[in-house]
Amino acid sequence: MNAILEMQGITKTFPGVKALDNVNITVKAGEIHALVGENGAGKSTLMKVLSGVYPHGSYSGDIYYDGQERRFKGIADSEELGIIIIHQELALVPLLSIAENIFLGNEQAEYGIIDWSAAFARTKELLKTVGLNESPDTLVTNLGVGKQQLVEIAKALSKKVKLLILDEPTASLNEKDSDALLALLLRFKAQGISSILISHKLNEISKVADSITVLRDGSTVETLDCRLEAISEDRIIRGMVGRTMADRYPKHEPKIGETIFQVENWSAYHPIHTNVQVVKGINLHIRRGEIVGIAGLMGAGRTEFAMSLFGRSYGQNISGRVLLHGKEIDVSTVGKAVSNGIAYVTEDRKTYGLILDEDIRKNVTLAHLNGVSERLVIDDIREMKVANDYRRRLNIRSSNVFQQTVNLSGGNQQKVVLSKWLFADPEILILDEPTRGIDVGAKYEIYTIINQLADAGKGVLVISSEMPELLGMCDRIYVMNEGALIAELDAGEASQEKIMHAIVKGGRR
Amino acid sequence: MDTRVADDIHAPRQTSWLDFAKTHFRDYGMLLSLLAIMLFFQVVTNGTLLRPLNLTNLVLQNSYIVIMALGMLLVIVAGHIDLSVGSIVGFVGGLAAVMMVRYGIDPVTTTIACLIVGGLIGAAQGYWVAFFKVPSFIVTLAGMLVFKGLTLALLGGMSVGPFPTVFQRLSSGFIPDVFGGEGFNYTSLFLGVASVLALVYFSFRSRANQLKHDVETAPFGLFVFKNALLAVLIISFCYLMATYRGLPNVLIIMAVLIALYAFVTNRTTIGRRIYALGGNEKAARLSGIKTERLTFLTFVNMGVLAGLAGLIFAARLNTATPKAGLGFELDVIAAVFIGGASATGGVGKVTGAVIGAFVMGVMNNGMSILGIGIDYQQVIKGLVLLIAVFLDVYYKKK
Ligand SMILES: Nc1ncnc2c1ncn2[C@@H]1O[C@H](COP(=O)(O)OP(=O)(O)OP(=O)(O)O)[C@@H](O)[C@H]1O
Ligand SMILES: [Mg+2]
Repeated sequence: MNAILEMQGITKTFPGVKALDNVNITVKAGEIHALVGENGAGKSTLMKVLSGVYPHGSYSGDIYYDGQERRFKGIADSEELGIIIIHQELALVPLLSIAENIFLGNEQAEYGIIDWSAAFARTKELLKTVGLNESPDTLVTNLGVGKQQLVEIAKALSKKVKLLILDEPTASLNEKDSDALLALLLRFKAQGISSILISHKLNEISKVADSITVLRDGSTVETLDCRLEAISEDRIIRGMVGRTMADRYPKHEPKIGETIFQVENWSAYHPIHTNVQVVKGINLHIRRGEIVGIAGLMGAGRTEFAMSLFGRSYGQNISGRVLLHGKEIDVSTVGKAVSNGIAYVTEDRKTYGLILDEDIRKNVTLAHLNGVSERLVIDDIREMKVANDYRRRLNIRSSNVFQQTVNLSGGNQQKVVLSKWLFADPEILILDEPTRGIDVGAKYEIYTIINQLADAGKGVLVISSEMPELLGMCDRIYVMNEGALIAELDAGEASQEKIMHAIVKGGRR
Repeated sequence: MDTRVADDIHAPRQTSWLDFAKTHFRDYGMLLSLLAIMLFFQVVTNGTLLRPLNLTNLVLQNSYIVIMALGMLLVIVAGHIDLSVGSIVGFVGGLAAVMMVRYGIDPVTTTIACLIVGGLIGAAQGYWVAFFKVPSFIVTLAGMLVFKGLTLALLGGMSVGPFPTVFQRLSSGFIPDVFGGEGFNYTSLFLGVASVLALVYFSFRSRANQLKHDVETAPFGLFVFKNALLAVLIISFCYLMATYRGLPNVLIIMAVLIALYAFVTNRTTIGRRIYALGGNEKAARLSGIKTERLTFLTFVNMGVLAGLAGLIFAARLNTATPKAGLGFELDVIAAVFIGGASATGGVGKVTGAVIGAFVMGVMNNGMSILGIGIDYQQVIKGLVLLIAVFLDVYYKKK
């Protein structure tokens, strides 16, 4: 089998950081090639070099594609040759329709006049190929992330694609959508399309990859061939972190005390469609030192529930009571919720979590400036110590705390958001998809921190679409479906099957 | 797992000159361009630019632009714009004139009342922007028309003046010399030396602190050079002014305000929050920042400063005219952007805005001395704005 792509000796530096150091990767024609590595290892950067986001001349090394040396000046050059990249952060225009998005910059037009019927017909075809059952004129903003991901793929297919690059496509998908996407990749492979898949979900990688390149600290560590022998997840982890990891979840003996947090009859309505009830009379409680999970499918209303609770940041007509230590607390604004000891770590770090132009230090202290200031005046040194402390504790990979967060890798951005809320020192920490896009090693570190928090007598509420994570971490799990809690399971009795069973049963009600 | 980053936490902080110059080019580039522009006009005007008399004029002509640039910086950093400041200048100036000249109200009461009115105007506009999310461009465009019209109505289309001498001193007065020097104002020189000493003390202290805590600092040579340059500039400026009539009152007001706003933006929680608000409003809100109130306050603040500028401008002309303040908003906004603020919010510095204001001021002044017509002055200023922002964007991408 011959190689469709060979990247040799790629080195790419940013001011103060060597993101890639002499990286080699070879992708054979018609294979699914996985690219793995810890957060900040350089995976996204490597793919940006390949696709021309970083043009020839801004890196050193050679790219051979389809048997020829290539020097891309921009994305247009690589796209022309069939290299299509779907970035880690989706890049669709929310207020345009699916069809408009798919043909954006590539309109079906003659003399500048768009032929909409052709575009719609073609869109329908493409949507069928990717298995998305939506009308071409649906606005993208009305689609969930999973479906948006499929639109991105349909968009890629609308161009002549020979090498498809997917940067963490399944990070925000649930298992079912992820499986559908992987099946799609296998179909493409059968049609001779090669793909490069970046993911932190190693089970997916061992399922579909033909070969795996492992990056560590900007260098190639090894390339594993899955056609010769089955590669286990543990084997991949060993390559990534340079040692074996015995457990994915830290051992933890919960010390559970009395109930400290209660939500009673919490309801919220959709912000625009006033009569749609999104959160339906939720009752839940958390005990001291307890880690409680909320399971559910994408769109079950978990984020909406958490955000409506956190300073009414979502929805309208919100009703219900929140009690901390048996006393009702006011959570009507974010400020009040925070000062009453509630913190919410968002699932969408770029939109809701970070000030991207600011550095790590300023992001970490933003929710608790009082903690680093004296009568409104910020103490620079104390602030820096705090930031350095979190940078070390959470292993935030960066040149220093003065690095702008926009330049951090996705996983490291997540750790900055987490640091911000840990520093606010809440009584109750609500984590929404806390390990999205985070590598195995860092996940373990975050789990350890969650456990420490619980042991310190706090309450933790974890919203996650990764069931193994909930099962591995939580002492008790609620199951949410269509805005209501439909089941409650203790750690001992909970299992993936039971949770799914509850959801299916709830859906049939 | 813990050893991975441990080694790079204490990476060397004393960067080399070249590296530092590269990464901090934008910070110093600004100041150097201003100096280059001044040098240029100093040469082509045969030394007129830096004559004490002209220097004094330069300060007086620019004071109200600089003062408004401070408020505009906050507005722009918060992600908004205020087009109405020129009209507010005219309106408040007219109001002061009517109060003092027609109704004989004393200057102090008038000044206080006018600042309050400025704040109320800012509040009225900020209210729509902050709480109803009407784009600030629209609200302040409306405000610009409204207050231009109200100025005309208030003054009945006529000029009103002159003002009591006490009020004129706001703009045309100089600080008295407590040492009673003849033809040389020792107090001015003394103030210059004192502020240099304070400046040097604070920058050494903060550098010492930074070094102690391993923060990236400028190379020592550059640090000394920067401080020495500033010291020389300030002291020679004060010396020149002292040989004429001393430091103008308005310069003192301006200097105090610059120091105050630099402090607020750099060191206080409210400053930090404004930057966060402009950088990402949603994230700021979810971090517990009262984004609406903060937006509102930046407009109130802008209104007060525009009111102050209106008073200073009226005092300088010694009369209020319906045309006062016309087009000031453009100079103010240009100053902030020349100073490196980002049009999308979240980025910008007080020092940059002040330097930007002086770039505009020196060009206005220098070109007038050269006798360049108002027509080509505008063309040149427009091009300078474009080039300055282009360079900024270009170096940001690098
Ligand atoms: N524009 C930039 N400026 C400075 N440093 C950058 C820039 N882009 C990336 N980096 C740095 O390069 C390194 C590699 O980042 P990259 O995004 O490629 O990581 P990644 O392997 O994709 O990680 P993740 O799994 O978290 O997405 C990181 O240390 C990051 O901070
Ligand atoms: Mg990445």
